[in-house]
Amino acid sequence: MDISITVNGKAQTHPVEPRTLLVQYLRDECRLTGTKIGCDTSSCGACTVLVDGESVKSCTMLAAQADGRAITTIEGLAPDGGLHPVQAAFQDNHALQCGFCTAGMVMATVSLLDEVPDPSERDVRLGLEGNLCRCTGYHNIVRAVLAAAEARR
Amino acid sequence: MIPAAFEYVRAGTADEALAALAEHGDDAKLLAGGMSLLPLMKLRLATPAVLVDVGRLTDLAYVRDAGDHLAIGALTRHRDLETSDLLAAECGVLRAVAGQVGDNQVRHRGTLGGSVAHGDPASDLPAALLALDATLVVRGPAGERTIPAADFFVGFLETALAPDELLTEIRVAKAGPTGFAYEKFNRRAQDWATVGAVAVTNGAAHVALVNMGATPLRATGVEAALAAGASIADAAEHAADGTEPPSDLNASPEYRAHLARVLVRRALTEAHG
Repeated sequence: MDISITVNGKAQTHPVEPRTLLVQYLRDECRLTGTKIGCDTSSCGACTVLVDGESVKSCTMLAAQADGRAITTIEGLAPDGGLHPVQAAFQDNHALQCGFCTAGMVMATVSLLDEVPDPSERDVRLGLEGNLCRCTGYHNIVRAVLAAAEARR
Repeated sequence: MIPAAFEYVRAGTADEALAALAEHGDDAKLLAGGMSLLPLMKLRLATPAVLVDVGRLTDLAYVRDAGDHLAIGALTRHRDLETSDLLAAECGVLRAVAGQVGDNQVRHRGTLGGSVAHGDPASDLPAALLALDATLVVRGPAGERTIPAADFFVGFLETALAPDELLTEIRVAKAGPTGFAYEKFNRRAQDWATVGAVAVTNGAAHVALVNMGATPLRATGVEAALAAGASIADAAEHAADGTEPPSDLNASPEYRAHLARVLVRRALTEAHG
């Protein structure tokens, strides 16, 4: 089947097998490998992208379900060479060690701050419960999200 | 992990979905948000030949005041339940339970109807509907029928839905402000409940259990004890009466029974507080 998806602002059409997962489509067809496959069981959140602005786990969505939708991946958050305020806050607050979870954390954060613009620390911890960091970097991640929220005001 | 190959049919209307089910029978499965079905398909525990995608039936996504009850479309997402002002005013427990399903990403995709039709005893929302004495509206080739929540969950991942039927609406009573609480115990924040307890106090106390058997269950022993005048602490001791809790990596049946007693006590205390 052919699917038409706007990825990072660019409309594109690809033939896919119906069983193609959105994360495969983004990595293999679109060659956007910033989105990671971590657990592959919708637990870890490394594959989080935005579908029409809302965070979803792209390992547990068919590309066919995204037909006609707008997807944003980590590559599309900021213009080339620039950083989105959430990316900048992660950098400033040392919110990553190995970096494998970071793209998913950043995308989940962008969606969270859209829904909860002025979060408490508890809001952040609950809001990111679908994203796991195996370097145990949670404290700095929470600091980065709170700093990004502050910067938006 | 990639699902086994299947034919993909996107339904534009409920009638199209019913026609696809009629055509393909047992070979077809309905796909709503996919939060339960897709993980099973990736593990190849489910291998439907035909997937009928009902995820775009946006006319079945609503929370409406229907006079003497609330009508909730089956395709309403958890996210839309947890932010519904109407639920906050008239059925707070459903809003609260929806807000504890999975994580943000799951709640952006998952639907009430999908969760209920999947019939997983470890899911949060089926137990809430049981506690609320909800009514489920389904459509099939012969038209529409209603099923009380108490009759809907018949076994592990098994419901009263026929293979050619589509769950379209969930009806719950308008309750105004009531006491309620949902106590969920799990090992990781986003996991299914090891055990959960829903309590609603609106006159009589209604208590339902998550993951204490093959289906969501009413804690009838607790409700009877409370009706007979027992204290919350004494009534909660009956939480596991008559149940056959599962055994898995997370908990033994004995531990689940203990959790049920503790969580029911906490939920009733919070609901009455």
